[in-house]
Amino acid sequence: MSAILTAQGLVAGYEPGLPIVRGASIHVDRGEIVVILGPNGAGKSSLIKAIAGLVPISEGSVVLDGTDITTLPAHRKIRAGLAFVPQTENVFPLMSVEENLRLSIGIFPGRDARGGIDEMFALFPDLARQRSLMAGSLSGGQRQMLAAARALVVKPQVLMLDEPSAGLSPKFVEQVFARLSDIRATGVTILLVEQNARAALAIGDRAYVLVEGREAHEGPAAGLWDDPVVAELYLGQRKEPA
Amino acid sequence: MNLQFLLDGTLSGAMIGLGAIGITLTYSILRFSNFAHGDLMAWGAYAALVAVGAILGGPVPVLGLSFGLPLIVATLFAMMVASGLALLLDWLLFARLRARGQAIIVVMASFGASMALRNLLEFIFTSSPVYYSSALQIARPIGLGIRITPDQVALLVLTALLVTGMHLYLTRSQRGREMRAYAQNPALARVVGIDVSAVIRTTWIIGASLAAAAGVMVGVLVQVRPLMGLDLLLPMFAAAILGGIGSVPGAVLAGLIIGLSEAAAVQFIGAEWRAAVAFAILMAVLLVRPTGLFGVTER
Repeated sequence: MSAILTAQGLVAGYEPGLPIVRGASIHVDRGEIVVILGPNGAGKSSLIKAIAGLVPISEGSVVLDGTDITTLPAHRKIRAGLAFVPQTENVFPLMSVEENLRLSIGIFPGRDARGGIDEMFALFPDLARQRSLMAGSLSGGQRQMLAAARALVVKPQVLMLDEPSAGLSPKFVEQVFARLSDIRATGVTILLVEQNARAALAIGDRAYVLVEGREAHEGPAAGLWDDPVVAELYLGQRKEPA
Repeated sequence: MNLQFLLDGTLSGAMIGLGAIGITLTYSILRFSNFAHGDLMAWGAYAALVAVGAILGGPVPVLGLSFGLPLIVATLFAMMVASGLALLLDWLLFARLRARGQAIIVVMASFGASMALRNLLEFIFTSSPVYYSSALQIARPIGLGIRITPDQVALLVLTALLVTGMHLYLTRSQRGREMRAYAQNPALARVVGIDVSAVIRTTWIIGASLAAAAGVMVGVLVQVRPLMGLDLLLPMFAAAILGGIGSVPGAVLAGLIIGLSEAAAVQFIGAEWRAAVAFAILMAVLLVRPTGLFGVTER
């Protein structure tokens, strides 16, 4: 297996001298679904945002498919093949579903916009039915689908998602994770931060547990939840959020 | 009853609307009220004056217009000068202050830039009014007691073309979509790969170009003088707010409403009530619809 995305000794934070990510190293192999878990405040979100270019990195490196993208500004990372779906406010509310997708694929002038959008509509039939609806009027679950479709329409090598199931009803949580498995089947590598550990581990290949800004444990997703070491790392936290 | 005020109001409304497009775009995309916008208009008008006089050898009337091809070419030059000036101001002043994140400081800086630009015009060209052309225009009756000059017809058509083109650009082109996306959520715009500095440059170029076009129109229909932009600044802001911040059709429609109500005030109440009536309408609409005519509540 070859790593397609590697973060090495990453130190990152919004304020200089106050790092939230403190020397984290992770890697994602081609075709994997990797889950980042950890107690609240461990820096999971900041880690993934630093990789996406949204939180300033002060030390360490990010390498995507052999290319160092550590200092690349956020808007160029998508061109390099790294897509990111933020946790909230991840669609443009005053644009239609279709226009959100068109905006995204339009970043790549040479691409077949129509074909790309139709592919997404085939993958997410719910969105096809609501193509002319304003994104702001979609339900929470549909909004997450659109956010994922918006990231996928540009055919990234790696898709990163920040808590895609946050705030969704259990029925939608199931749907979102099922869809992520479908997406991986199309050849996209997935890196995912999730509070909903059990559901994420069910579809993941490998997981990291992040504690105080660095990885404290790494292992296969299957059986991770019953590992006493992981329980220890979550000590003082409620192990399974509702 | 003399209905001529309808035409006068439409004309001044068209110029207010053209200027208000730049204000509404700057406000929604760069997130500050640019008080130097009126001066971009005046600089555009003077740039056209210089070009038409010095380079193109006079306005050369054609087809019953007081101006001809040279002024149209000069207007394109004026748009470039105003755009260059706006980009220079942004690089020199606004971008640096924006990076510190306090909108009010940028607004104050635009006040300063406005004064400097205006005084510079007075210094170079003096404060006395000048005209593009001394050609005489015969107003022709078009019914209902309204008379219109060929210049006025041409400028109304030009305004309609510019506004339609602008609307299509913002709704149909990729850069237009990027501008609207950035206005809605700047952080997400970066995530989806939008080049923010290109969006900002485009915003300045569009705003300044339309301001320059409006400036030339005021010059053709009224006169060219350094204070011309300042005089239109408040009506332009009123139109941007009344139309709903960020909305191009809203800014134009509101410009027409304000132009027409000002003209009606002059006709029926008295010239001194001109501004008061426009602002009374603005306040009345905002009480009922705080987001303006075409405004949308975000998030």
